[in-house]
Amino acid sequence: MQFMLLFSRQGKLRLQKWYVPLSDKERKKISRDLVQTILARKPKMCSFLEWRDLKIVYKRYASLYFCCAVEDQDNELITLEIIHRYVELLDKYFGSVCELDIIFNFEKAYFILDEFLLGGEAQETSKKNVLKAIEQADLLQEVRLLTDP
Amino acid sequence: MSDVVEKTLSALPSLLSLDSQAGAGKLSPSSKLGNLIKGITELTSKHEEERLIKKELESIKEQVASPNTTMRQMKEIMVRAIYCEMLGYQASFSYIHAIKLAQQGSVLEKRVGYLAVSLFLNETDEFLLLLVNTVLKDLQSTNLIEVCMALTVVSQMFPKDMIPAILPVVEEKLTHPKEIIRRKAVLALYKFYLIAPNQVQHIHSKFRKALCDKDPGVMTASLHIYLQLIKENPESYKDLTGSMVTILRQVVGGKLPLDFNYHSVPAPWLQIQLLRILAYLGKEDQGTSEMMYDVLEESLRRAEMNHNITYAILFECVKTIYTVHPKSQLLEKAAECIGNFVLSPKINLKYLGLKALTYVVQQDANLALPHQMTIIECLDHSDVIIKRETLELLFRITNAQNVTVIVEKMLEFLRLTYNVWFIQTMNSVFSLGGDVMQPDIPNNFLRLLAEGVDNVEDRQLRLFAVDSYVSLLQGETAKLPQRFLQVISWVLGEYSYLREEESDPGSVMRLLARLLDQRHTSTETRSWVLGAMTKLCSSPVYSGSLNTVLRQKAQELMILSQDTKLRARVLPAEDSSLSFLDGYVSEALAAGAAPYKSPHQRQEDLVQEKALSLEPYGLSLPVSLSSCSITDRRSPTLLSMSSGLSGNSTELSHQEGSTTLKLEGVKRVWGKDGYLAQQQSAGETPTPLVELPSPLLSPQSPPSQTQKPSSGLEPDQEKRQLASSLFVGLGSHNSVCLVRFPSTVWLFIKHCQSANQSNVVKALFKPLPLLLPVPLTVSTGDYGKMWLSFSHDLKQNLQLVTTEHQEPLTATLDALKGKLHLHVVDIIGSEGIVACRLLQGPGQGQPCLLHCRVHADSLAVWLRSPVPELPDSLLYHCQKALTET
Repeated sequence: MQFMLLFSRQGKLRLQKWYVPLSDKERKKISRDLVQTILARKPKMCSFLEWRDLKIVYKRYASLYFCCAVEDQDNELITLEIIHRYVELLDKYFGSVCELDIIFNFEKAYFILDEFLLGGEAQETSKKNVLKAIEQADLLQEVRLLTDP
Repeated sequence: MSDVVEKTLSALPSLLSLDSQAGAGKLSPSSKLGNLIKGITELTSKHEEERLIKKELESIKEQVASPNTTMRQMKEIMVRAIYCEMLGYQASFSYIHAIKLAQQGSVLEKRVGYLAVSLFLNETDEFLLLLVNTVLKDLQSTNLIEVCMALTVVSQMFPKDMIPAILPVVEEKLTHPKEIIRRKAVLALYKFYLIAPNQVQHIHSKFRKALCDKDPGVMTASLHIYLQLIKENPESYKDLTGSMVTILRQVVGGKLPLDFNYHSVPAPWLQIQLLRILAYLGKEDQGTSEMMYDVLEESLRRAEMNHNITYAILFECVKTIYTVHPKSQLLEKAAECIGNFVLSPKINLKYLGLKALTYVVQQDANLALPHQMTIIECLDHSDVIIKRETLELLFRITNAQNVTVIVEKMLEFLRLTYNVWFIQTMNSVFSLGGDVMQPDIPNNFLRLLAEGVDNVEDRQLRLFAVDSYVSLLQGETAKLPQRFLQVISWVLGEYSYLREEESDPGSVMRLLARLLDQRHTSTETRSWVLGAMTKLCSSPVYSGSLNTVLRQKAQELMILSQDTKLRARVLPAEDSSLSFLDGYVSEALAAGAAPYKSPHQRQEDLVQEKALSLEPYGLSLPVSLSSCSITDRRSPTLLSMSSGLSGNSTELSHQEGSTTLKLEGVKRVWGKDGYLAQQQSAGETPTPLVELPSPLLSPQSPPSQTQKPSSGLEPDQEKRQLASSLFVGLGSHNSVCLVRFPSTVWLFIKHCQSANQSNVVKALFKPLPLLLPVPLTVSTGDYGKMWLSFSHDLKQNLQLVTTEHQEPLTATLDALKGKLHLHVVDIIGSEGIVACRLLQGPGQGQPCLLHCRVHADSLAVWLRSPVPELPDSLLYHCQKALTET
């Protein structure tokens, strides 16, 4: 995977993860272009786009769009399921996740993503294992919050 | 924007109230980030947002610089900085502090520090060097979470040159007791392999160990490396086939822990990874492929549930089956499976079905046949992506029979999708592909322009076309191919009225008139131009034009086109013998007037700075026309009128015996003297032409002259056969060439969104070599006979090829001979004669003759052929060939 973007129906970026080295300018251009293109598409249209030499796989969950860029020979459907699994992870972690959870706790969303995908590849597809790793780190935080005045 | 704010605001209280019970996962409402986010949602304009963020960034800047800021505060500040960056504002001053946080913070602060680093920086960033020691330290930490964080960050970005510094430690982690550490270490090594393959070469044996890891997660992670390795060099990993097949069989058989199930499908990610690896291993290798047939079949069978994830596996499986050495039974099942995709009501599956078909029709075009109806439906699908995929599929099954329809569909797609770009692209297609492209293409293009309801969009497209053509015509037009000029004429004729009123109404007419005046313009094109002018002048803009010449032309055209009787009287073009002039001619000749010279001869004379007498024409013209055309040496009106009215009058007349005879008669009267005169004038340098016995001098003219060249060709039959057997590729050139255009269009469609369209245009529109001349072996005598019988001609100066050891003429002709397979009949002095014949295209089998003469620094080439398009396109190719030399 080359990058993943989360953005709202209004085109606001909520999360961006780049797995290929790109300049700040390029990143901005890509996300602007893609957000525009995807928002212009109708709900019944297919979830795949050919864009430059990449394949874009996107899916809308409530008010949030999840969008991944993969290489041409990658499997679109499994990418769609990667998005879905990520949503499941977020959902499980936040407990019925909504856009606001991700807005206010975006760093958590990043931590979960990093446990799930590493360097652009699926690292751990077992839901239980991903959440276990996150919880362990969070546990540390709680312990500290309790001990720290 | 406002409804966003409203919705977000209305949702805020619930979120904030949730906070109290959510604990660590949720954000305190009083936190600074919370305030920032709330502040932003309350704003109504982008401008206000900018101001707020600027203020925020300034406050962040102040805080990070302050020595009193604790690491804990720093962590919170970093999150805000990340947020600002996500909104698109630069917070580069915080980068160094992110690194500091990762270096000095406690575990939790470190986590945010590393996150900020991975979001802010690139692997090329110099800042990253500052992180190397921290990473090294954390990798060796006894705290698993710190090790994990360090491995996570190196798997995302690490300076290439610093890999050796941490490689041994990462390698060590491959044997770590915790699987999560082993897994991350494998992925870190995968990343190292991607950015610096030779750095990790020595640990390939350790990858094998990872592949055999007892933890499925670690094993899965190692497959990323293997996929890459096998993709690059499948030969070296054939021995792994057995292991991969075994793993896949176990996964498919549900032998993995249930944790790895996804929607009750066992480890789909792993399955797909394995299928991809098997595809690389079995490609073009029957032995290896045979090892995997069983497991592939089992994968197909097991993936039965109607869920996206099973379709994902099926799709990969089908791809693998069609990539490895074929097994008919498996192929059948895979084809059936593709059918399920194509027929699915779910649009995503349909898309993949089309994609799979596109992939498999390259092996067997017939596979598309059962899905014809679906494909047709998809062509008109409302989703552009589906349409495009369908076009790609069609493109793959293009052959000589269906090419026209498919190109038509492609053009339609282009027009609908990219208006302006479409016109520009087609301009390039026409200017470069020009006369060698199939006539269908311009025709389809015009139909596309003309079709459709008269809505704003269509009008814009047409107006854009008109404007772009006007500006084209204002430039150099001599190089534009005839077909393109015809297209331009038609469009200008139809749609010029769309232009702004204030623009000079006569300008289009003038441009067209200029085209008519150009020597380069072929008769066919002239008739198109005339047609356009006729249309234009029927619009009040031109018949009311202030330009008197235009106005008169317009009026004349309009009246003549309406009144056939008048036209017949004024322009008795049918009488190609010009018999009504006989009396006048003989009178004039008797009075000592100069005999008639053919236009070519006159041009020759012109070149030699000789004065030209126009009397025979000027006086014979009807009065109404003479007023406007007397100034033009070659009256556009007269010339075009005759060609426009009689079409290919010369060709027609050749076929009709009686007309031919008349024509001959006239030519004989005038041509004899003219011919002899020329012979005398060119006496000093006898050309091969003049030495030939002219058919016109022979007592009996053959009844049909067009047969002459073909009878000259007959001995060539054998050669033609030889040529086709020699050029096997050309034997199928029909389809090859035909398919070439769709592929170009297709590449366009594919690149249409690419950033640099003009470069794509340049790269793709190298002229298409549709013209395939073969040498025509004729004797000098036959050449001369043919020369005189051909009616379509063209003259142009070409550049000479200069070499050290050859005469320029010989060198140039040799170059042409080598590149275009022309036959050099003879070279005499500064002149050479060349002949060729066309294998296909509009002038199939027809000859084209070239007469070349060195004139100053250039080569004056005079081309003649019985087919109007031939001289044009051959000349174009000669120019190209010589430029390349």
